[in-house]
Amino acid sequence: MTWVLANIEQIWSLTLDHILLSVPPILVGFLLAVPIGWLAHRYRVSRGVLLTVCGLLYTIPSLALIVAMPTLLGTKILNPANLIVTLTIYAIALMVRTATDAFDAVSKDVTQSATAVGFGGWRRFWQVELPLAGPVLLAGLRVVSTSTVSLVTLGALVGMSGLGYLFTNGYQRNFATEILTGIVGTVLIAIVFDVVLVILGRMLLPWARVDTAARRNAKTATTKAVTA
Amino acid sequence: MNAIAEAVAWIGDPAHWTGPDGIPTRLAEHLGYTGLTVLIAVLLAVTLGLYIGHTGRFRGISIGATGALRALPTLGLLTYLAIAFGFGIRLALIPTIIVLVVLAIPPLLAGAYSGVESVDPRTVDAARSMGMTEWQILWKVEIPLALPLIIGGIRSAVLQVVATATVAAYISLGGLGRYIIDALPVRDYTKVLVGALLVTLLALALEGILILIQRLTVPAGVRATRSA
Amino acid sequence: MFTSQRGRLAAGILAAGTVLALTGCGAGGDPLEPGSEPSGDGETIIVGSAGFAESEIIAQIFAQALEANDVTVEFAGQIGQRDVYITALEDGSIDLIPDYSGNLLQFFDEDSDAKSSEEVFAALPDALPDGFEVLDQAEAEDKDSYNVTQEFSESNGVTSLADLANLDVPLIVGGNPELAERPYGPQGLTEVYGVDAANIQFVPISDSGGPLTTAALLDGTVNIADIFSTTPSIKENNFVTLEDPENMILPQNVLPLINSEKASDTVKEVLNAVSAELTTEDLIELNGRNQGDEKASPEALAADWLAEKDLF
Repeated sequence: MTWVLANIEQIWSLTLDHILLSVPPILVGFLLAVPIGWLAHRYRVSRGVLLTVCGLLYTIPSLALIVAMPTLLGTKILNPANLIVTLTIYAIALMVRTATDAFDAVSKDVTQSATAVGFGGWRRFWQVELPLAGPVLLAGLRVVSTSTVSLVTLGALVGMSGLGYLFTNGYQRNFATEILTGIVGTVLIAIVFDVVLVILGRMLLPWARVDTAARRNAKTATTKAVTA
Repeated sequence: MNAIAEAVAWIGDPAHWTGPDGIPTRLAEHLGYTGLTVLIAVLLAVTLGLYIGHTGRFRGISIGATGALRALPTLGLLTYLAIAFGFGIRLALIPTIIVLVVLAIPPLLAGAYSGVESVDPRTVDAARSMGMTEWQILWKVEIPLALPLIIGGIRSAVLQVVATATVAAYISLGGLGRYIIDALPVRDYTKVLVGALLVTLLALALEGILILIQRLTVPAGVRATRSA
Repeated sequence: MFTSQRGRLAAGILAAGTVLALTGCGAGGDPLEPGSEPSGDGETIIVGSAGFAESEIIAQIFAQALEANDVTVEFAGQIGQRDVYITALEDGSIDLIPDYSGNLLQFFDEDSDAKSSEEVFAALPDALPDGFEVLDQAEAEDKDSYNVTQEFSESNGVTSLADLANLDVPLIVGGNPELAERPYGPQGLTEVYGVDAANIQFVPISDSGGPLTTAALLDGTVNIADIFSTTPSIKENNFVTLEDPENMILPQNVLPLINSEKASDTVKEVLNAVSAELTTEDLIELNGRNQGDEKASPEALAADWLAEKDLF
C-alpha cells in the first residue's frame, strides 16, 4: 500500500493511457461488427464465410498480430495504432458472431409484420431489427469491453504504456505488490466500463425487460455470446 | 505475402524438426499445457455448470463471477502467481496451468449450465413423472440433451487456451510461444510468424476434431427435431 | 513527462482511427505512408529506454537533466531489447536512448576487433549508421557477466570461462531469451572457450538477469547465469563472476545514443555533464534501490541522483 501511495501519480497516468488504448477498439469494433453481423444474418452465403474468417482471426496469438502490424500498416513500431488495430480486429472477431445471433433471435413474426405494415428494408432495420437485437448486442459488447481492457496489458511486451507495464516491471524485480496493483487497476477499469454500458443499455433500451418470449430467445443468444 | 512464404519455408526446414527447440517438442509441450488445462477446467467447471443448470441455484452469482474472471488480465495473473508464491521458474507450470484454467472456466461453465437449461422443462417433468430420480434425470436426460452445448463450451475453451498458452513462454516454459517470445526481442518476424501459424493451425485442427465430436454426440432422437 | 507522452498517445489514437477508417474492417489493406504518424517537431526530444530497469533509470536521468535545461522531452520507457529500440530510433519513434558501448558496437559490427574500452568507443562512430552518433561515454560500466554459485565454483574448480570446457557436468545457462542469439551467448562459449555445444543447455528467463534468474541459480534450475555486472544480487549471494580472459564480452560503458539531428549543443553539453558524473557504483546503488526493499521508481531515482550530484 505504501508503494501504491508513493507511486500513485505514475499508476494514474498508466491508468489513463490504458483507458485511452481500450476505448477505440471497443467502439470501432462494435460499430463495424454490427453491420457485418447483420450481413451474416441476412445472407446464407456470407454467413459461413464471415463467421469462419472471424473464428480464424480469433485464433491468431495477439502478440504475433501486434508485432506484425507495423509491416501490415506501415506504421512506426511504437505507434499505439499497432495495438489499437489489433484489438479492434479481436473485438470484431468476438462481436460478429454475437451480432449475427442477435439478429437471428429477433422473431420472424415481428419482422414479417413490419414488412406487412409497409416498412422498407432500411426502416425495418433501424426501427425494428436493431432495437430488438439491442439486448443481445449489449451482452456481446460487454464481453468485448471486458476482454479488450484485459488484452491492452499485452502492449507492455512491445513497449506500449498502460497498466501492463506494472506486470513486466514487477516481474523483472520480483515485486508482487506492483503486479497486483496492475491487476486490480485493470479489473476496476473493466468494471467501470461494464457499469457504464449497463446504464447506457437501460437508457437506450427501456423495452429490454418487457417481452418474455423475446427474452427467452435473447437469453439463449446471450449465453452464446458469453460462450463465444 | 513474402513473410508468410518465409515462415512456411522455416517450418519446412528439416533442421527445425529436431532437438529441444524443434517443432515436435514445442508442439507436444503446447498440446500438453492445453490438455492438462482443459482436463482440470472441465472437471471443475462442467460439474459446477451441471449443478447450476439442474438446480437453478447460484445462476446469478456464477454469471457475475465468470464475468469477473474474464476481466483478469492473463499476463498479470501469470506473473503475479509466478512470483508471489515463489514458484519461480522451476515450478512455472503451476502458475501457467492456473491461469489457463481461469481462462477456460467461463465458456465451459456457461456451456454446461445453458446446456442443461436449454432442455425443455416438459421433458424433465415427463422424466420425473416416470419415476426417475434426480440423478437419473441428470445423467439420462439432461446431460445427453445438453451435450452439444457442453462441447460447444469446450470448443471455445480449447480455442482460447491454445492461443493463450503462448504466454507460458514468458515465464520460461516451452510451447509454441517460445518461438514468439524468443523472436520478439531480436525482431525475428519470420519466427514470430512461425509461432503464430503453428498456433493457428493447431487451433484449427483441434476445432475440427471437436466439431466432429459435437456432431456425433447429438442424440439420434434430437437430431431429427432440431432443425434450427 | 508522462503527460506529454499521453499527448502523443492521443495523436496516435487519432491516427489509428484514420487507419481503421481507411482499411475498412481493419483486416489488412495497403500499407499507409508513415505521413499519418505523429512526428515530433524539431524542438522535442523523445527519450526511450530498453526493457530493463537500469536503462529506464539512466533514460530518466537523461530526460530530467534535459528538461531542467528547457529542452522539451517526451518519454517512451521499456521499449524492448536492442533490436527493437534501434528500429525505434531508426524509424524516428525515439531520438535518444542510453546504450552500452561494447554490445552496441557488436550489434553493428560483429567482426570488430576492438577490445579495450577506448578502442570500442573509438570504433563506434564508424560502425553506427549515418544520422546517429554517441556522445561522451561514462565511467559507469555494466556488462553481461557469467556467474556461478560459490559452491559450484569450488566443487568444480571453476573461476573463469576458460575452465568451462573441462567441466564434466552439463552446463545449464540461464539468461534473457535473446542471449541465445548473441555472440557472447552459448555460441560464444563454444567458439571462444571451446565448450562442447552438446553440453550446453539454455534456459530463457525474461527478467534481464533479475531476481528470478538469481533464484534459478540458487535453486539449481540453472548452474550458470548471465547477470548484469551492476546487479546487487551478485554480491548479496556471493556469486562467483567468471573471468573472461579472451574478452568475449566487450567493455560496456554507458553512453547516450542519439539521432544527430537532435544533438544540439545544449543537448550535448547536458548529456556529457551527466556522463562525466555517472559511475559503476552509482548504477549498483540505483539498481539496489529499484529492486531491493525500497522499490523506488526510476523517475524518483533519477531525480535523487541529479540532486545528489548537484547537477542542474
